[in-house]
Amino acid sequence: MATLLQQLISGLVLGGQIALIALGYTMVYGIIQLINFAHGEVFMVSVFGALATYNWFIPESWQQTWPLALLAMLVGAVVVAVVLAVLMERFAYRPLRNAPRLAPLITALGVSVMLKEIVRLSFPGATAAVHVPRAFWDEPITFKVPGGTVVIGSTGLLVIVVAIVGAVLLQVYISRSRMGRAMRATAQDPDTARLMGVDPNRTIVLTFVIGGALAGVAGVLYGVHLNNVDTDAGFLTGIFAFTAAVLGGVGSIKGAVIGGFIIGVIKTVGGQYLPGGTAYDLVWIFVLLILVLVFRPQGLFGEPERVRA
Amino acid sequence: MTGTPVLAARDVSMVFGGLTALSEVNLTLDEGQILGLIGPNGAGKTTFFNCLTGLYTPTRGTVTLRGTRLPSDPAAVTVAGVARTFQNIRLFPSMTALENVVVGRHSRMKQGPLASLFHGPAYRRGEQAARDRSLELLEFVGLGRVHDELSRNLPYGDQRRLEIARALATDPSVLLLDEPTAGMNPQETEATRQLIFAIRETGVAVVVIEHDTKFIFSLCDHVSVLVQGKLLVEGTPDVVRGDPRVIEAYLGKPPDEVEAEVRHYADETADHTQVIELDGGSEGDKR
Repeated sequence: MATLLQQLISGLVLGGQIALIALGYTMVYGIIQLINFAHGEVFMVSVFGALATYNWFIPESWQQTWPLALLAMLVGAVVVAVVLAVLMERFAYRPLRNAPRLAPLITALGVSVMLKEIVRLSFPGATAAVHVPRAFWDEPITFKVPGGTVVIGSTGLLVIVVAIVGAVLLQVYISRSRMGRAMRATAQDPDTARLMGVDPNRTIVLTFVIGGALAGVAGVLYGVHLNNVDTDAGFLTGIFAFTAAVLGGVGSIKGAVIGGFIIGVIKTVGGQYLPGGTAYDLVWIFVLLILVLVFRPQGLFGEPERVRA
Repeated sequence: MTGTPVLAARDVSMVFGGLTALSEVNLTLDEGQILGLIGPNGAGKTTFFNCLTGLYTPTRGTVTLRGTRLPSDPAAVTVAGVARTFQNIRLFPSMTALENVVVGRHSRMKQGPLASLFHGPAYRRGEQAARDRSLELLEFVGLGRVHDELSRNLPYGDQRRLEIARALATDPSVLLLDEPTAGMNPQETEATRQLIFAIRETGVAVVVIEHDTKFIFSLCDHVSVLVQGKLLVEGTPDVVRGDPRVIEAYLGKPPDEVEAEVRHYADETADHTQVIELDGGSEGDKR
């Protein structure tokens, strides 16, 4: 019982990180039908942005006080991620907006390789794990359950809370605000939205900005939770997040978050209990993905694809 | 009708590759006018609308709104004051009727991306004003009771009226209606006619594309006939209705010529039937 609960909690923590990144995939896909494969790398770069802020831009006294350090890292990571996402949209994807879908997809793969190499060149030794400071209140929370105790790290709890709060805020923003409405209108019919006075470029840039900001938040949380990062961090997490978005239904915010948590839990609980152990945990994730795609191609919360006029 | 033209198209031509869709089309829309644009299928009516809304940039010629040249970006054209509906209804299907209209208010609202994040009082006032105005417009077109329905669940006639409400939400000086009564029954058509008169009363000039000539002649102050991308005739409904060229191009040829055509067609079909029989015969031979 204790073991199951413990694995469940670890799964939710992992799932929270995946969910924050999955939101970026799902929003960009929703509005321009592009699977932005470079989004995982944006997340990875943002961890290094946070690290660079901590190491180079804040005084030692701040480094000693975690709330200041965390805040500085958050700002650093979000700024780096947002700037990157905006540049990417402007120079890599916008020129290809009316090109066949394959062209921006391949470009996304190219951008992702480029970002990884830029980090490798700017942070010598980053291909192996680089230390990231903890920068958070570090009392783990322990509670007793029948058959033992369960521990949840304070940073882990932070990840779960931020993921859920972030997704709820995003959902409210998109369903209630002026720009959120513009995003939904552009997603449903870009030409008509334009003819109703909605500027598509501003709307699409905003989508990338929000996705980037969430990836930046995920980056800081990843860093302070795991206390290390390397240039490969974006690849696997990116694949997980992409899978979560597809599982939940690309374009759906609720779907991306629930998909993220499902994947996190399958990885940890499946790694514990299913045959093959942790060596096979990825297998179960992708088996589930295949099953969902076979029986519900639009994902758990996605709308079935409509034929457009 | 006198006064400054609201919308003026001068020598507008649109060429796609080797195809000339529009050739030197002129159109003047006066304040408070309802102008009908008619013509057979493929005459270039919708292409002309696309030129007026910035969706296409005319190959040659200019479009001016109150003397100012229209920008070539559709969003900017809407901001300048030209709004439209579509021949094939193009609502945002997963939004409610009210939300569809509020999207139309988008360019008349000031709230930026951050303002809506912090929900200040000014932001709330702006949202409320947009909602109020949109509900008012829904009442105006007769859809007040269904403002909470998803637009894709509305009946066909209501969808057409919702498109009109959404276009009006952009505060246009000119409203372009692309076949507003297509597929409607006589009662709905009459209601649409009254609605267009009511829109004119609010100070919006209207251009209507229609196939239903009876509808156009009973609605418009001025009618332009477009045939094969060229402006054939224009004038008051009475002038246009009586013009022999219009009768030929739009309503069909005089009866004796039509009879001749029917005979010609009958001959051709007869030939065709023969060919089929021959084919059938040869196939039988092969077996």
